[in-house]
Amino acid sequence: MVENRPLLTFLSHLVLIIGVLIVAFPVYIAIIASTRASNEFLSGLIPLLPGPHLVENYSRMLSSGVSTSGAPPLGLMMTNSLIMALVIAIGKIAISLLSAFAIVYFRFPFRQLAFWAIFITLMLPVEVRILPTFEVVANLNLLNSYVGLTVPLIASATATFLFRQFFLTVPDELMEAARVDGAGPMKFFRDILLPLSRTNIAALFVILFIYGWNQYLWPLLITTDERYYTVVMGIRRLAATADTEPLWNVVMASAVLAMLPPVLVVIFMQRLFVKGLVETEK
Amino acid sequence: MQTKRTIFSNKGLPYALLFPQLAITAIFFLWPAGQALWQSFLRQDAFGFRTSFVGFSNFLDLFTSPQYLNSLSVTAVFATSVAALSMSVSLLLAVAADRMIRTRNAYTTFLVWPYAVAPAVAGILWWFMFNPSIGVFSYVLDMLNYNWNHTLSRTDAMLLVIFASTWKQISYNFLFFLAGLQSIPASLSEAAAIDGARPVKRFFTIVFPLLSPTTFFLMVVNITYAMFDTFGIIHATTSGGPAQATNILVYKVFNDGFIGLNLGSSAAQSVILMAIVISLTVIQFRYIERRVEY
Repeated sequence: MVENRPLLTFLSHLVLIIGVLIVAFPVYIAIIASTRASNEFLSGLIPLLPGPHLVENYSRMLSSGVSTSGAPPLGLMMTNSLIMALVIAIGKIAISLLSAFAIVYFRFPFRQLAFWAIFITLMLPVEVRILPTFEVVANLNLLNSYVGLTVPLIASATATFLFRQFFLTVPDELMEAARVDGAGPMKFFRDILLPLSRTNIAALFVILFIYGWNQYLWPLLITTDERYYTVVMGIRRLAATADTEPLWNVVMASAVLAMLPPVLVVIFMQRLFVKGLVETEK
Repeated sequence: MQTKRTIFSNKGLPYALLFPQLAITAIFFLWPAGQALWQSFLRQDAFGFRTSFVGFSNFLDLFTSPQYLNSLSVTAVFATSVAALSMSVSLLLAVAADRMIRTRNAYTTFLVWPYAVAPAVAGILWWFMFNPSIGVFSYVLDMLNYNWNHTLSRTDAMLLVIFASTWKQISYNFLFFLAGLQSIPASLSEAAAIDGARPVKRFFTIVFPLLSPTTFFLMVVNITYAMFDTFGIIHATTSGGPAQATNILVYKVFNDGFIGLNLGSSAAQSVILMAIVISLTVIQFRYIERRVEY
């Protein structure tokens, strides 16, 4: 701050507080709605203060779900989401570490080609090649399976670039010293490169966990069997009831539960999250 | 391309290391993309018995179809509004937070978490608040004599998806604007202050021009976000309606391919989208090589 301007400071606080309130308001309303009974919404006026049905609504959703709208218990869907998020995050990090290691520490024919093949995945998000990718997965008999949910999303150009960038900054002397001491490539990778990449791996994990958890279109295409539904796509089934009004209290309880894990990750690992976000965009 | 001065000399190992990444890329990225390209030149008859090569006629059909042209203009309006709205709100918040010293991190925490909310969930939250019969905002609007109904009004539906998409993107833009503001040396503003420039003038003549690399980068990212990552918001709330008012390109590909089962047309739309992503990516990467400088 250049000079002391109390009025401007006051205005800044005001702007920020209004900003925080706007950002939080939709979630506040959702939490309030999730503590009410379903008939309280019929009056046409949505309550603004919490009601007494919090435990009832959440335990109902977690254990039994709403069978009338074809949604399985939320506990199951959240487990599926967790599996999907973890496999995608860990898988992306693992295969990207390996390919970045190959690209930086070896020289071999077709290295350039391999690099470009990985680079091109950046330009082909699922959304633009929906139908043919679905056909491939269907032909491989991977519909309604965890493999089908996760593996096709595991290739990652951004993670590979991030690790490539980082490996290039690792001093050459470390590798020379390791070779003098008789360490082979995999030993060097495991004992020197991996420990050095720890912060980068953690930051990337936060971002990729959120990415995996929030997948929507992919599980929508791949799963028709309730046992494999993820929570983010399951909510839509609850909300999209054909003729009647949705059961708002349970829809909102599910929405709150669906956003809770990634939001907690961001809040408690804010430093890693910001680092990951800034670095994956480089 | 860069490597290390010294390298390992194994012959087979690098291929083994690259194999998982390349196999997944080939099977799930390159092959389907090639398929889309190939299918965009084919047409199937109504029963799926015969497939014939039709050249560019799928593309020609698209650019003469009113639905597709509508979808193009809807996407343009949607993407520009989301980018403009979320960037201006975030810039205002970032400038305010940049003035803070002790409370900056606390405000940041309270502003960044919507990044973690899935687009579909964000859509549901706003859909609930604007629900014509019980929503908070539609109740308030009703008192102001405005009859909000996003299931009937094209404008209301568009506004709904713009609000939901903007809400989710504010945190991302805020973080990058704040980082950009903090990398501007304070000495510049101080020198201007000594010369008698007041805060508003300092912002527009010094801070904002120096922020232009960040602004440009965010513009590309926001447009990409609005075009491709908002599928969940649209699908969970308006489903492209009413009367195709929110039928953005990505949603249309999905709809024509999976529900309409029009393979050739869907593939041609995929190819057009790929071209758009590729040009956005190229712009983004050229920017990283040569930052915008004045």
